[in-house]
Amino acid sequence: MTLVEFLLLALRVAIVAVAPLLIVIFLIWFERRFAARVQDRLGPNRVGPNGLFQTFADAIKLVLKEDITPAGTDKVAYNLSPIIAVMAVVLIWAALPLSPRLIGVNVEIGVLYIVAVASLGTLAIMMAGWSSNNKYALLGAFRSVAQLVSYEVPLVMSLLIPVMLASSLGMQNLVLAQQQVWFVFMAPVAAFIFFISSQAETGRGPFDLIEAESELVAGFNIEYSGMKFGLFFAGEFAHVFTNGILMANLFLGGWWGLGVSATDGSILSDLLGVFYVVLKAMVFYLFSLLLRNSMPRVRIDQMMNFNWKFLVPVSIVNLLVTAFLLKLAQLGGFGIAPGQIDLLTNANPINLLPVTLLLLGGNVVVILGTLAVFGRQTRTERLATERAAVAVGD
Amino acid sequence: MIAQYLAFGVFSLFTLGAGTMVVWSRNLVHSALFLTLSLFGVAGLFVLLSAPFLAAIQILVYIGAIGILFVFAVMLTRSMTHIPDLFNAQWWVGAVAGGLLFVVLVGGVIWPVWGINGTLPNVPQTEFVAATREIGIALVSGDGYVLPFEVASLLLTAAMVGAIVIAREDD
Repeated sequence: MTLVEFLLLALRVAIVAVAPLLIVIFLIWFERRFAARVQDRLGPNRVGPNGLFQTFADAIKLVLKEDITPAGTDKVAYNLSPIIAVMAVVLIWAALPLSPRLIGVNVEIGVLYIVAVASLGTLAIMMAGWSSNNKYALLGAFRSVAQLVSYEVPLVMSLLIPVMLASSLGMQNLVLAQQQVWFVFMAPVAAFIFFISSQAETGRGPFDLIEAESELVAGFNIEYSGMKFGLFFAGEFAHVFTNGILMANLFLGGWWGLGVSATDGSILSDLLGVFYVVLKAMVFYLFSLLLRNSMPRVRIDQMMNFNWKFLVPVSIVNLLVTAFLLKLAQLGGFGIAPGQIDLLTNANPINLLPVTLLLLGGNVVVILGTLAVFGRQTRTERLATERAAVAVGD
Repeated sequence: MIAQYLAFGVFSLFTLGAGTMVVWSRNLVHSALFLTLSLFGVAGLFVLLSAPFLAAIQILVYIGAIGILFVFAVMLTRSMTHIPDLFNAQWWVGAVAGGLLFVVLVGGVIWPVWGINGTLPNVPQTEFVAATREIGIALVSGDGYVLPFEVASLLLTAAMVGAIVIAREDD
């Protein structure tokens, strides 16, 4: 490796590491303004035009605050956990494709890498909760970890479906395979489950039990102040948008769009690619913010029941149905054989129509089956409570 | 090449140093955290061995799941800090088991492939490196490892059912 190559590599590392942290400055302002509009307020509008510099003021305040370390904390774990919390999000960006050429490292196992580094965030919360030497922090950490670990199951299950469709674990291959048909049309159920689980993974409403002030004072980060507290929140805000980009790449065709070519290597393709991927990410991002600001918080038992008794079974059935239909299509001769990614990229959209319709039909069956099963179950439960109420009334 | 040796040194230090600290620390939570660091070092070694799949699985399973579980379990135990005794009465059993494992690993795994072309002169070095696709095929093909794979799956399912039975409240 020559010096120039090394410097270019170092530059790429720096860009990948700094970009999400810069974007988050804008995201915090945007989210606060958006939340304010949803709740019929104005939000921060005093510092700079439309309050655009509010985040800078906040950051300066956080940095200048006295750095308080409570007595009895475990110093190393206490100081390390905010850093790990941010790094778990920043590291995801290393494998996120933003345009045909713009990707940190196109690793062969991109999807696995993203799931793996994202799981480091759980460790950070655990360390923060324990090292703070505060029972509310520890209780909050237990609760958060239970939530994060549980919702990782449907998240990974739904992640497997794009991987099966593209028969590749590489992020760039997943995007390339969606040239003709976006995976959301082949696997809407998986996209839906992925969205809900990622909403829970980021601890956003209605799953924001991580920061349930009325029950936990503040949760795992209660003893943190100043910029250490700010790092946890920067990580969370960045994670929401990162999940948006991840969803855009997995289900909405990533950087594909009008005028983008995967092979010409022009600057225009790259710029358009970044534009499209951010546009698609914004769809999920805005929907996530809307959910956060309009839904009441669920109880912890409701949250766990929803995951283990609804999301996990549905995602397993969905996985089995998709795998079966894919194999059926292959045997029928109109499916996508594993390892033949060029079939997906070069295919005429008409050739992919049968397999898309088949998978879409399978998804409709999964949705109808789910509604039938859970509809009956909830009706039985409702009738039982009504009967109990009548019995008490007597 | 120098960067590779450097990375190998760092990851080995993580693995061995943190591994030593797991048994030397007087604080059980620290031990569990050092264990995750040690496993992270192993993941780094997998990357250096051109086995990215194993590295990702190592982080996902050992740090993301087992490490968290250990920390969780340790935090729920009483007197997890200030452990007075570093050794218990069975220290020599552990020493013998560790020594035997070391001998078996050196004799069974490292010795046959020692050196780049050591005892297998006709096999180029790249032949040892398996791609992710080959791992997947080997796990499900009849002449591969499908039986051990299924047995492991069955074992895990049995463990899960057992855990549910133990944790379940009697109605």
